[in-house]
Amino acid sequence: MTTPDEPLKGLRITDLRVSFDGFTAVDGVSLTVGPGDLRFLIGPNGAGKTTLVDAVTGLVPATGSVEFGGTELLGRPVHRIVRLGIGRTFQTATVFENLTVLQNLDIAAGAGRSPAALLRRRKGVPDAVARALETIGLTDRRGDLAGTLAHGRRQWLEIGMLLVQDVQLLLLDEPVAGMSHDERAETGGLLRRIAEDRTVVVIEHDMDFMRTFASSVTVLHAGRVLSEGSVADVQADPRVQEVYLGHSPGEPVAAPAGGSAGGED
Amino acid sequence: MTSTLTRWRAPAGYALGALLLFAVAPALLSDFRLGQLARYLCFAIVAVGIALAWGRGGMLTLGQGLFFGLGGYAMAMHLKLTDAGAGQLPDFMLLYGDTSELPWWWEPFRSPAVALAAVLVLPMGLAALIGYAVFRRRVRGAYFAILSQALAAAFAILLVGQQATTGGTNGLTNFQGFFGFSLLDPVNRRTVYFLIAAVLLLLMIGVRQLFLSRYGELLVAVRDSEERVRFLGYDPALVKLVAYVLSAGTAGIAGALFVPAVGIISPALIGIVPSIQFVIGAAIGGRASVAGAVIGAVAVAWAQTTLSEEFPAAWTYFQAGLFIAVVAFLPGGLVSLRRLLARRGPRVAEVPA
Repeated sequence: MTTPDEPLKGLRITDLRVSFDGFTAVDGVSLTVGPGDLRFLIGPNGAGKTTLVDAVTGLVPATGSVEFGGTELLGRPVHRIVRLGIGRTFQTATVFENLTVLQNLDIAAGAGRSPAALLRRRKGVPDAVARALETIGLTDRRGDLAGTLAHGRRQWLEIGMLLVQDVQLLLLDEPVAGMSHDERAETGGLLRRIAEDRTVVVIEHDMDFMRTFASSVTVLHAGRVLSEGSVADVQADPRVQEVYLGHSPGEPVAAPAGGSAGGED
Repeated sequence: MTSTLTRWRAPAGYALGALLLFAVAPALLSDFRLGQLARYLCFAIVAVGIALAWGRGGMLTLGQGLFFGLGGYAMAMHLKLTDAGAGQLPDFMLLYGDTSELPWWWEPFRSPAVALAAVLVLPMGLAALIGYAVFRRRVRGAYFAILSQALAAAFAILLVGQQATTGGTNGLTNFQGFFGFSLLDPVNRRTVYFLIAAVLLLLMIGVRQLFLSRYGELLVAVRDSEERVRFLGYDPALVKLVAYVLSAGTAGIAGALFVPAVGIISPALIGIVPSIQFVIGAAIGGRASVAGAVIGAVAVAWAQTTLSEEFPAAWTYFQAGLFIAVVAFLPGGLVSLRRLLARRGPRVAEVPA
């Protein structure tokens, strides 16, 4: 909305609606994320952030329109949307615990492999995998089972699995939840590096993290876009202060409009 | 040091297995016992497929009797027709049949090529249909297991009901020849044993290679988190389908080899109870490892014969107890004992001097 120019490969959501049994979790959201943006999606619990990402990635049926680089996504099965270059993570990192870091990345890199290639053994490390290992800083742990990684490193591995897929749009659901201060800072740096040649959308509750790393912010509230712009714009918006920053600045997640509860984010 | 050890462990294991199957067993065992071993090896072939579909793919295939039966009946029908001779009816049809004409669906099995193809095509084709419908709808876990079992039961009941064309409860039995060789000749029966042992070893090597391939890694990934694999751009239904169809194919081969080795295929050999026993052997030995599943299947079948000769009533309880104990305390099966012991045992110095 703020960027009317037609981006090369940007995400354009128009009038998106998602309802579950009469409860409308996403109620006519329209937003555009330009290429190379590091967009943070914030909002109180139940605002519809995760549901929005679910709709974009084909997990829940929705009406309206979601276009990525001019291609309509709604109505396509999950794995086809992925093949268009859209990847996501979940709130709890899901990596394959019984496989090594290298195997995890290799599988992520291989969605386009032919059956014949699948039947052969992996020899060496594919270039894309080596680069991703470097980016996420897990090169020296590539032989370890993913199940033995600490929480923060699992999130990085999961981000690495998106990188080797050569995704152009990353949708990350609370990537720094449960991380230590240092891990947050490292993750933020990682996101900035990734966003240099990709589009990144981050759902986040951590306001400090958002203030430090966001290029732009969209605030959702009760399934609608409440405000959009730079971090400074959004923070200065009185509507945001009212519903989101709440009665006192010390309670960032206080949700006065609790009536919209139900869509667990 | 350890890497050379691991690299040579599997080939050494297979060489040892071949030595046992091709030299030691024929030298030590009587013809009768060797025939029994041939039967156990058929169950082991089924277990190879179970290790693939269940051990790696997480699909609890509780109905392998269905595919075992399809392969077995395809082979048995061909043998019956060959025994009867051109234009003649199989002996049991003359007894129970009300027609002097061969049912149309028996006719193609006269041809050895069609019968051999059917041994693979029938189980794998049916598994592809079932699997496609089931995995597309994301049916898994206990529901998949129950569905598999119901299909095996339905097939057995269907066969019992069609006495005139399938031999009913008696099944198909009393085979004279096997592709021109008399099955009454002990030498030929030994040859059937060697054939089974060779097929088993080849399938073990093939499935092991599959475990080590990228597909094998992908299959483990699907087992552990199907949703996640979908988000990597794969269709998990197809990944599972391949493993399921291949496991059906191995069960079909096992059924086909069972017929000349044991001389019978009947509904009692393919229904719910045998289907569960296929899985128990693999579970006890170690379902995620080809060798574990094979050794478990042979050991359980051997124990069943030996113990049920001694204590016919106690065997069922013993088997059930063993199954529960293994699943509850040793989910990886007996092969995982080695790893467990290695971890518990005194640490040998791994630090370089």
